[in-house]
Amino acid sequence: MRIHFKTSYEHDIRLFPDWWSFLVYGVLVAIAVVLPWLMDDFFLGEVTNVLIWAIAGLGLMMLTGQTGQASLGHAAFLALGCYSCIIFMEQGWPFLIAFPAAGILTGVVGTIIAIPAIRLHGIYLAIATIALSILADDIIVLMEPITNGVSGKFAPVITIFGIEIERWTTPDRFYWLVLAITILCTLAYRNILRSPLGRAFAAVRDSEVSASAMGVHIARTKAAAFGISCAITGLAGALMGFYAGAFNNETFSIVISITLLMMIVIGGLGSIHGAFFGAVVVAFLPQFLSMSKDFVGGGSVAIPGLETGVFGMILILFILFEPMGIYGRWMKIRIWFELFPFARKDMFKRQKSYLKTERLR
Amino acid sequence: MEVVQLLVSGLANGCVYGLIALGFVLIYKATEQVNFAQGDFMMLGAFVCLGLTNAHYMGLPFWIAAPLTIAIMAVLGYLLDFFVLRHLFGQSQTAVVILTIALGFVIRFIAGVIWSHEPQTLESPLAVGDFKVGGVVLGMADIAVIVVTVLLTYFLYQFFQRTKLGLAMQAASQNQMAAYFMGIPVKRVQGMIWGLSGAVAAVAGILFASKGAIDPNAGLLGIKAFAAAVIGGFGSLPGALMGGLIVGVIEPFASRYFPAGYSQIAPYALLLFVLVFRPNGLFSQVRIKKV
Repeated sequence: MRIHFKTSYEHDIRLFPDWWSFLVYGVLVAIAVVLPWLMDDFFLGEVTNVLIWAIAGLGLMMLTGQTGQASLGHAAFLALGCYSCIIFMEQGWPFLIAFPAAGILTGVVGTIIAIPAIRLHGIYLAIATIALSILADDIIVLMEPITNGVSGKFAPVITIFGIEIERWTTPDRFYWLVLAITILCTLAYRNILRSPLGRAFAAVRDSEVSASAMGVHIARTKAAAFGISCAITGLAGALMGFYAGAFNNETFSIVISITLLMMIVIGGLGSIHGAFFGAVVVAFLPQFLSMSKDFVGGGSVAIPGLETGVFGMILILFILFEPMGIYGRWMKIRIWFELFPFARKDMFKRQKSYLKTERLR
Repeated sequence: MEVVQLLVSGLANGCVYGLIALGFVLIYKATEQVNFAQGDFMMLGAFVCLGLTNAHYMGLPFWIAAPLTIAIMAVLGYLLDFFVLRHLFGQSQTAVVILTIALGFVIRFIAGVIWSHEPQTLESPLAVGDFKVGGVVLGMADIAVIVVTVLLTYFLYQFFQRTKLGLAMQAASQNQMAAYFMGIPVKRVQGMIWGLSGAVAAVAGILFASKGAIDPNAGLLGIKAFAAAVIGGFGSLPGALMGGLIVGVIEPFASRYFPAGYSQIAPYALLLFVLVFRPNGLFSQVRIKKV
């Protein structure tokens, strides 16, 4: 067991608590970088998919996990990021400008949408964002001159300093691009959490009343959370567009929004690890199901809704038996070993709260 | 005449939305939870009735099958609370939201496996056809929907205002701990409200299936019912019905007078509009939280 002796305030907010964890993450990144030489192109594509979902998960995690605002409309921001990035590139902008611009645009739009939305909380916010997600689908169809409506758009080839990057012809380059963006997003996320803004997010999540008593401007904090969350989601959306190659109004449906929310719950709300664990589950579940169907013998029989049905069941089991998600289970196992033999069962008991309504009648 | 015709068909659709919204509101009123699977409950109720009635499956007479369906769905609702939702007691609202969305997926999957994804029609005695009153075509099913919805809303409203159980349900939601101290079995009351909302969903499902074909994705209608519940203000039974009627009436008028593509946006645009300007619905029941 490692004991941290904190001798200055700096130690509380360091990026890595000690050299050991720095080493672990360093090795992880090194393995990720050499992965294209270890895997064939199919699995590399799957890993790329996991990373893209993880970025999207980080975006929603900022809002739901850190600030406590459940959003069921993030597919709309994925779509906005995707369409704006591709449209910018069609205007002749290079990828290195179009991609951040798409993120910034999505973030700004997210903040504008947040201004009315922050008056809502809990259930009402969830419903407003559902409406947003449904509207996005129709708006893409209505804006046909720009978005090509139902016939959709095709992603162009990315060129960075003369190097061509395309999902199918050069999957390894595309993988490295996505990996670099994933690492940048993760570092940005981690650093925001260390900043006063990140602390304000956590304060708003835990109690709005006590946060405003501590001098946190609730509306401004929520708007900032919305903006940052949407910006990261927009970047993930652009990458999703490049990954899919072609997309239209149905690519970013409400099911994607719901999947995204469920993903971070399965992974573990409020942790960076959770976004990655959840992305692994979401990206590999279809492969796993088709493989297990082959194994059972009903290989060619297609069962519609099987994927979402199984996904729903996994989620119900997680909420009932492990509300902290995969990351929570991993923490429990790790702490059990670290404290052996002093770990007790009650260490992770959650405090239950009795409900009080805000309604008059 | 055209306006009246649109109004009547809008009202009939609106009543179905209102019935689903009633299910939301019942659960919200008594437990402060929101059941995102209510639309799928409605779909399940429709398919249970279809499975009992249609000659292709069980072939029971409709007037036996319908009460049986309501009973089955009520029991199912209670069991759902008993086995699943009771374990979430004391956890956040968001956990329940996500759980019920997942539940909706599972219900849709199960219904698809049992009754297949083909659209099917219920052999209902209500679907006897149309008759004309002064140039307006009325469907028997439409009239049945409107009558049943209004009666059901009235009785549920009275139930909450007058009966001991209804008051216990309201007390349980307003302050759980105080309700415990008053001797209200909060958990059992919650189970009952889930059963009741299952029964309401069954009624909505039977009426919806009488109006036309259903398939396992019919549960997505629940999202429109959400708009209805929000416009009416969560927690108000007459509000839910009112919201349902508003959404139902807007739809045919929008598709008649708006250009194509804009019409399906109308209910959601209205929903966002209401949320922005009256965040707690038209029939608000919320006060500002004080410390």
